[in-house]
Amino acid sequence: MEHTSVHTSQFCTFYLDKLLFGVELKGVQEVIRRLEMTKVPLAPAMVSGLINLRGQVVTAVDLRQRLELEPRPADMLSMNVVVRSDDGAVSLLVDEIGDVVEVEEKTFEPPPETLRVSMRAMILGVHKMNDRLLHVLDIEKACQMTDVAEAAAAGR
Amino acid sequence: MGDDEIVKEFLVESYENLDRLDRELVGLEKNPQDRDALGSVFRTIHTIKGTCGFLGFNKLEKVAHVGENLLTRLRDLQLSLNPEITTALLSMVDAVRQMLGSIEESGSEGERDDTKLIGTLTRVQQLPEIAAQPEVASAPKPSIAVSTTPPVGDPPLPLSPPQPTTVLKPEIFLAPEQQKEKEGESPRMTEIQAERGAVSPVEPVDPQRVQQSARAQANASDSTIRVDVGLLDKVMNLVGELVLARNQVLQFANRMKDTSFLAASQRLNLITTELQEGVMKTRMQPIGNIWNQFPRTVRDVALGCGKEVGIEMEGKETELDKTIIEAIKDPLTHLVRNSVDHGIELPEDRVKAGKDRSGRLILRAFHEGGQVNIEITDDGAGLNVERIRKKAIERSLITSEQSARLSEREVFNLIFLPGFSTAEKVTNVSGRGVGMDVVKTNVEKIGGTVDVQSALGRGTTVRVKIPLTLAIIPALVVTCGGDRYAIPQVSLLELVRLKADEVAKGIELVHGAPVYRLRGRLLPLVYLDRELKLAPDKRPESERDKAVNIVVLQADERQFGLVVDQINDTEEIVVKPLRKQLKTVKTFAGSSIMGDGKVALILDVLGLAQRASVVTETRDRALAGKVAEAAATAGDKQTFLLFAGPGDSRMAIPLSTLARLEEFPVAQVEMSGSQWVTQYRGRILPLIRLNVVLEERRNKLRALQAPPAADSGPLPVLVLRHDGRSFGLVVEQILDIVEDRADVKSAATRPSVLYSVVIGERVTELLDIPAILRSADLGSNPGALRTGVAAKVAEAAN
Repeated sequence: MEHTSVHTSQFCTFYLDKLLFGVELKGVQEVIRRLEMTKVPLAPAMVSGLINLRGQVVTAVDLRQRLELEPRPADMLSMNVVVRSDDGAVSLLVDEIGDVVEVEEKTFEPPPETLRVSMRAMILGVHKMNDRLLHVLDIEKACQMTDVAEAAAAGR
Repeated sequence: MGDDEIVKEFLVESYENLDRLDRELVGLEKNPQDRDALGSVFRTIHTIKGTCGFLGFNKLEKVAHVGENLLTRLRDLQLSLNPEITTALLSMVDAVRQMLGSIEESGSEGERDDTKLIGTLTRVQQLPEIAAQPEVASAPKPSIAVSTTPPVGDPPLPLSPPQPTTVLKPEIFLAPEQQKEKEGESPRMTEIQAERGAVSPVEPVDPQRVQQSARAQANASDSTIRVDVGLLDKVMNLVGELVLARNQVLQFANRMKDTSFLAASQRLNLITTELQEGVMKTRMQPIGNIWNQFPRTVRDVALGCGKEVGIEMEGKETELDKTIIEAIKDPLTHLVRNSVDHGIELPEDRVKAGKDRSGRLILRAFHEGGQVNIEITDDGAGLNVERIRKKAIERSLITSEQSARLSEREVFNLIFLPGFSTAEKVTNVSGRGVGMDVVKTNVEKIGGTVDVQSALGRGTTVRVKIPLTLAIIPALVVTCGGDRYAIPQVSLLELVRLKADEVAKGIELVHGAPVYRLRGRLLPLVYLDRELKLAPDKRPESERDKAVNIVVLQADERQFGLVVDQINDTEEIVVKPLRKQLKTVKTFAGSSIMGDGKVALILDVLGLAQRASVVTETRDRALAGKVAEAAATAGDKQTFLLFAGPGDSRMAIPLSTLARLEEFPVAQVEMSGSQWVTQYRGRILPLIRLNVVLEERRNKLRALQAPPAADSGPLPVLVLRHDGRSFGLVVEQILDIVEDRADVKSAATRPSVLYSVVIGERVTELLDIPAILRSADLGSNPGALRTGVAAKVAEAAN
């Protein structure tokens, strides 16, 4: 894990269902307000749609779906955290944007054994902050389809 | 220029030269006397040797050096080319290529041992010589290092006494040590020099000729430059963005009433279109670029399986987008290898079958209907229907029941199934059961199709159809469930609109499966909203358009009607690929950004057809084949567009002359002199009124100058193309599209009519379009420009 090799690391944080998540700042391209989205029929549930990001078509991934959290209430607008994945830019839909935080590596702890298996690959661990835990997300894994979703989509 | 750049330059140049070498060597094998080709081969190797010596690539230099020696002797006719020498030279080319590859990757030639190759190259020089005699002084000037002389026609004459020698280009004569040793006993060196000596000693190299050829080369390099592909791709992307921005501006301009802004945006439109075409052209490459390696491939494969095959190419200059060229290179190579390995028989078998010993492999490429067709034809044994059936059943690809129902053509196409191979012997070339299916998948990946036709004992043709470009395509935009979808124009056949009161009668059910009778044939209907599981239309019943819009599509030789909520327009769209999160969704081929900035999905017509199970049955295809056959035997049926002319007359034009059907509101019609025009797709479309054209001469002028009546409804207009120009023909009413033999003809009763004909049991006048154009005096109207529209829109009406 890269962030253990440096003394401190910076995270772009956001909230999902009141939980605090973070992705490494260097993997984040930009944060933008809600953009008009085109739904993709028959797409896996984690794909909310496609957005036009200055001429580039970017897939929007609903992180609530991806992280198996409660669906976002209909009246809550989402924000786009655009990250750079191996396959180009991907927009992660989140509830609310937090601060950019700098954390020391000594506050990091790997996830507990009791963490749901499907989340193991995606949640690298947590940073123990003063008042709460910062879940560290793996950008690549978050953008990937789960095997289950893939199988379901293929079978449709 | 740094060292790295010199090396890079050297690599690029050498690669190009090597590709040419392959071709020339194979060509030389057939025509060993071609001195031009020999000279060129020699120069290439010589240049590589010289440069790599300078750059310090010793291994490469060594190989090139031995090769050069061999070539020297060939060029000087001391040896004549035979398959063994050709093979040795080709393997030298391969070795050089490998080393260049390794230099490109690691900067060094890599660990390798070329002793064997060098040995072979040296050994073939020792073979009994065939034409080792030098020519006498009277023979035409033999070519020198920079030869551009025509092939020497005179037969070699008996050995003449050595003449005084002149050293012209010393490096040619510096044979390697080992060669000198081995040749010790034979005075070959003298012979080479003797031949040189035959040229007048005072004029060693024709300086003029050297200059000329140097100038020719300089000219070629002056008019072209090398451009980094990455840069081209970037420009291409930018133009794509510009097209989108242009679309947005145009939409905006249409809402504005400001004429100067409108004019500026029209200019922007035209310039963008031209720029787009220009940039597309920079990416176009002749298909010859990949074909050029095929003579070598064919030679190697043929030699490997003991066959004799000649390759012929037609349409080498046919151009394709670079990305497509790259994508089809491997599939085509495979098809070519396959034809030689499986298609063409052994020479003995061919003779037994009464054919030439040597098989023919013909590559053809040509443009047709916005697509590129590539055909690979061999005159070999052809496909054996029964054997394919048996094999497919054996491999459990189909059941014997299914097999019995397949038509011959469908059986042929079984060879594209994964895990199918009919080769009795598995060779290292093909017959491993992977290949044809990979060919099909790769071609389909770029939106193409593969089809195979064959006649037992006479040969096989594989036809590959691919789109010209992938980046920007014309598409029909439709709306369904409130979202827009783009349908690539290549799959589009026609549009049918059923009015609300026709729906109940027009759409019938075959045990629950909806169908529509399109010109007498049942067209299966697919509802886009149901297939895509879109949310049901929430609009109140009264607001909904009760008419049914059917988009008739072609998928893998099957036709089906796609029912959508609304048909918008055709548009040039920039294809943006879908990311991996969506790769499982087979119904979409990509996405695009529309004029208003929103993203629209591009339908994958084949994927949609498969999802809707349109393309799985085999019944209809065979049926369609039969119907087509019946039609063919019944005489040539033509498709006509029927419409009402002035005075309730029934008229028709062949559907093939029609570009589109449009309705223009009267307010959109403007007057340009006495000519009616309208703005159509960013151009000025002249409108010809049929009632004026057919008016008698004395009334014509008055009718001509009449402006459109403000109170009349939208004008039904046939957009036609003639001689590369578009114009609109204003008619009274558009009636129908019919298929008819139309063979009961009688002479025309008035000008502008070709003849009267019975269509659908009623007398119909067939219009003479050139005559109409002449009478409307549009012969030289520059306003009439092309539209480039292929879709035929048919408003089915009573």
